[in-house]
Amino acid sequence: MEAAVKIQDVKKTFDGKDFVLKGLSLEIPKGSLTAIIGFSGTGKSVLLKHMLGLFQPTSGKVEVLGTDMSKLSPDDLTKFRCNFGVLFQSAALFDDMTVIENVSFPLIEHRRNLKPDEVRKIAEDKLKMVGLDPKHFHKLPSQISGGMQKRTGLARALALDPEILVYDEPTTGLDPILTEMVDNLILETHKHNKGTTSIMVSHDLAAAFRIADYVAMLDAGQVLLFGKPEDFYNSEIELVKRFVSKGMKHS
Amino acid sequence: MILFMTSSLRLLVTPPNRWQEILKHMEFIGNKSVAIISLTSLFTGLALSLQIYLGFKIINAVNLVGPTVALGVTRELGPVLTGLIVAARAGGAMAARLGTMRVNEQIDALDVMGVNTRQYLIGPRILAAIICMPLLTAVFDFVAMIGSYILVVFIVDLDKAIFLEKIRQTVEVKHIMEGLFKSAIFGLIFGLVCTYRGFYTTGGAKGVGEATNQGVVTSMVMVIILDYFVSNLIRIFYLTMGIQ
Repeated sequence: MEAAVKIQDVKKTFDGKDFVLKGLSLEIPKGSLTAIIGFSGTGKSVLLKHMLGLFQPTSGKVEVLGTDMSKLSPDDLTKFRCNFGVLFQSAALFDDMTVIENVSFPLIEHRRNLKPDEVRKIAEDKLKMVGLDPKHFHKLPSQISGGMQKRTGLARALALDPEILVYDEPTTGLDPILTEMVDNLILETHKHNKGTTSIMVSHDLAAAFRIADYVAMLDAGQVLLFGKPEDFYNSEIELVKRFVSKGMKHS
Repeated sequence: MILFMTSSLRLLVTPPNRWQEILKHMEFIGNKSVAIISLTSLFTGLALSLQIYLGFKIINAVNLVGPTVALGVTRELGPVLTGLIVAARAGGAMAARLGTMRVNEQIDALDVMGVNTRQYLIGPRILAAIICMPLLTAVFDFVAMIGSYILVVFIVDLDKAIFLEKIRQTVEVKHIMEGLFKSAIFGLIFGLVCTYRGFYTTGGAKGVGEATNQGVVTSMVMVIILDYFVSNLIRIFYLTMGIQ
C-alpha cells in the first residue's frame, strides 16, 4: 500500500536531553482516514508538526507524498504546505475576515490566476459542501457558533483541494452533539474527497474507532500499535486494553 | 531581532507583492494617529511657547520664542513625542494583534496554508511604520507651530511679523529633515520591537499582555535613548560634510 506519510525512526528533543519522540516510525496509507490517539504528552501534536514541516526531527526522516521534508528549503517548504489542509482545534479563523473571506484567503494567496468571481464561487461551493447556510457567509467568526466555525475552518482547509487533510483534535472541548456533528462532517468530507488522505489527532476513542480506517496509538514517543480499529479491541497489549476500556467508557 | 527584521523586509521585494497589506497598516498607523498627534502637538506648542516666553522675558529676548520653539519642535520634540505616542498607540496594538493571532493558532494556520508569515504579517507593518512616522512628525511640527503662533500672537500679544520672520531666518530645511529622518528610525524601532514581541508570544492571554507591555515599554525607552545617539550621528555627519 502506498504511503502518503512515512515517518522513519524519528527522534525529537527540544532541550538536548529529554526526547519527545523516541525513534517513532509510522506509515499512513494514501487515501485512508487515520486517527492518531494516545494519552496527553505522548507526542501526538509534535508528530503532527513534523508532518506539516513546522518541526524538523533531531534525527530520522519524515517523508510526505514522497518528498523528504528535511531536504526542502524554507521557501519550498512554504510552497509544499499547499498540499495540506488543516482544521485546528480552535478553527483558527482570521477574526478580521468574514466567513467567506476566510475561505477565499488561501485561493487568493495561491491561485492568483483566478478572478474574484471565480474565487467567490469556489469559496461558496466549499462552504455549502460543509453544510454552512449562505446567510452566515458574510458574518465575522465571532458572530457564528462554535460548530459553524468548525465548518468554516474545514471549508478553508478544503479550499485548495489538498492531498492531505489534517484534523488537530477537532472535537476537544465540544459538547456531545457538536462532537457527533464534527465526526460525521469529517467522515462525509473524507468520502466526498476521494483520494484525499485524512489524518486526525484525537482523544475521542469512540469517534476514532467509528470513522477511521486505521488507528495509531502513541505512547512515550513511539507507536504502540498501528492497525484497524478491530485490532485494538483484540489487542493483548496491557496499555492498549486499558486505554480502550477507559476511553470507551468515558465516550 | 535584526535577522527577523532583515528577513521580513527582504521578503517584501519577493512576490507576491503586499502593497494592499502595507496600505492597510499605513491607514492604521498613520491615518488613525492624526487626531491624537494633532491634539497633543497643539498643546505641546502652546505649553512650550508659554514656558520659553516666560524664560526669555527675563532676559528680554521674547522675539526669539518663535525660532526656539520651531528648532526644538522640528529637531527634537516632534520626532520624539510622535515616536512615543505612535509606539504606545499603534505599536501596542500591533504587538497585541500578533500575540492574539499566535495564541489563537492563526499564525500556525497561515504557516500551514503556505503563506510566508513574516512577509505577510511583519514586513508590511514595519515598512508602514517607517513610512508613516515622518508624515506624522510633519503633522506634529506643523500643528505645534500653530499652537506656538496662537500663544505668541493671540495670548501674549507679540508681533506676528517678527514671530514669522525670525522663524524664517533661523529654521532651515535641514532642521526639518533631521527630525523626519529621526522619526523614520523611531518607526523602524517600534515597528520591529512590537512585531517581534507579538510574533513570538507564548502563554495565552497572559502572554499577549506581557508581549504588549514589553513591546511598548522597550520601544519607548529605545526611542528616547536612540534620539541622543542619532542626534549625535547627524551632528558628526554635518561636520564631516562641512555643513554648518
